[in-house]
Amino acid sequence: MIASSALPLPARMNEPGSGTSASSDATGADTAAVLSVRGLVKRYGGLVVTQGVDLDLRRGEVHALVGPNGAGKTTLLGQLTGDVRPDAGHIYFGNRDITALPVHRRARLGIGRSFQITSVFADLTVVENALLAVQAHAGQSFRFWQRALDDTRHLAEAQALLAHVGLAEQADRLAGSMSHGEHRQLEIAIALAGRPQVLLLDEPMAGMGIEDSAVLTRMLLAMKGTVSMLLVEHDMNAVFALADRISVLVYGQRIATGTPAEIRADPQVRFAYLGDAEFAS
Amino acid sequence: MARVSPLQAALALFVVLALVPPIALALHQPYYLTFLSRVMVFGLAALSLNLILGFGGMTSLGHAAFLGVGAYTVGILIQNGISNGFVHFGAAIVFGAIAALVIGAVCLRTGGLSFIMLTLASAQLLYFITTGLKQYGGDDGFSFRGRSDFGAWLSLSDDATLYWFILTWLALATLIVHRTVHSRFGLALRGIRSNEARIASVGLHAYRYKLAAFVLSGTICAIAGALLANVAQFVSPSYMHWSRSAELLLMVLLGGMASVLGPLGGAAVFMILEEGLGHLTTHWPLLMGLILVLVVLYARNGIAELAGGLRGRAGIVR
Repeated sequence: MIASSALPLPARMNEPGSGTSASSDATGADTAAVLSVRGLVKRYGGLVVTQGVDLDLRRGEVHALVGPNGAGKTTLLGQLTGDVRPDAGHIYFGNRDITALPVHRRARLGIGRSFQITSVFADLTVVENALLAVQAHAGQSFRFWQRALDDTRHLAEAQALLAHVGLAEQADRLAGSMSHGEHRQLEIAIALAGRPQVLLLDEPMAGMGIEDSAVLTRMLLAMKGTVSMLLVEHDMNAVFALADRISVLVYGQRIATGTPAEIRADPQVRFAYLGDAEFAS
Repeated sequence: MARVSPLQAALALFVVLALVPPIALALHQPYYLTFLSRVMVFGLAALSLNLILGFGGMTSLGHAAFLGVGAYTVGILIQNGISNGFVHFGAAIVFGAIAALVIGAVCLRTGGLSFIMLTLASAQLLYFITTGLKQYGGDDGFSFRGRSDFGAWLSLSDDATLYWFILTWLALATLIVHRTVHSRFGLALRGIRSNEARIASVGLHAYRYKLAAFVLSGTICAIAGALLANVAQFVSPSYMHWSRSAELLLMVLLGGMASVLGPLGGAAVFMILEEGLGHLTTHWPLLMGLILVLVVLYARNGIAELAGGLRGRAGIVR
């Protein structure tokens, strides 16, 4: 079972930009949005992968991004993380325009992420993985003398993170030797280390069995409300179990946003997903 | 089974090494003193290379450049009548750091094969600059009289004292590398080696950490170069030839990239093989190649693994 109350996560539930109360700003962003996208465009040659997308991730919500293969979900997510540079449009974190910030600066600000293809530090132990993430967010790592593992404050935080995702027992194992499901759990721990306000989850259920998938879904459910999550996922069971709102992306355009019930009923979405039985259920 | 920590092992090794001079001299075998001095110098260079290679994942084929920078610094200073050892080593450290900063800043913009080729090119550039130094022997290099002078209380003109002097630097560098590898910086560095793409998403800028490691590594290697100049009382461009860089890589591979002490053992084995096989046949590189192939096939972590010092990669950094 996931112990959601064991960790004071996240401790930073304050506003990202200072003094951004519920007032709307010049960008016209959703007043409760922690992460907003306005008019985002990304082209690869003649192919427009992101076509003027507007999107708001509200504080504390789980917002699922769904769409058929090739809809541009991963490219959109890449622009949010900073891996992909958009051709036009803006990304705001609170009131701050982060469109031009590199990946590591966005991570520092409080945007955590998990990867579609599992990406942990395979040559490090599980606790070192968590510790590295904790210390990275605690400031720069230009400390050459004192042992990293002797920093009891960071170590305690790393161990708490591992307990949070159910990996406390595995702390001394090499990360590379763990199962796929455990890698996902570790990834979440790494992503949570910075006490992010936003978690970008790129198909966290991909390649998982039903059992592992259910464990992860429960884990994300337990975190709900403490961190805003943007979830790209094909597993519709997980999407409907987790999401407060769903946005549907088709050919790089956002065709609908709404509650799960609204999305189920949306004729445009039904058309885009024609033949997808999961929407009919 | 009682575990010997790497630091305890290092301490034991250095104590044994410290006892060599009186024994070698008592046995009238001063040759071994010089030979071991050279082994320690190259062990120091390999140790420095392993900081970026084994722990930072940066395969440099130009590391001998820093050996040359240190050696030429001392040689040129002595040739110009400046014999003060503090100046020699101070200058070697400064020039080594500057050279590493410049070379690293450029080469680390790339990765993989490009990085290897750029480090190689940088070292060859320095190599050709030194061959053009006509007043310092050009291609042939130059020999000089005298060693770094640290005043009355430390005379390097005595081979045994020079030996202990080298040993002291080696022990110091081992401690520094050991502490660095286990520090926060070291964890970040090993994280970069393990998964550079992931490191940015935890909020670290990999380039800065790689460059800092590169500078530290180059600086230590320049110290090895300054010591080499003292041992040989001779400096030549061959110190920074790319084949010398390749030898340093082989020492690290032989010794094991995963441990701090491994490269030291690798340097020893490499140089003993070079000596021993060289007596047997002029085609010794052939035998050396064979041995290296066997090591790569059967002992991926080098002789450190064969020595039983490793319990899987998790045990490396304990």
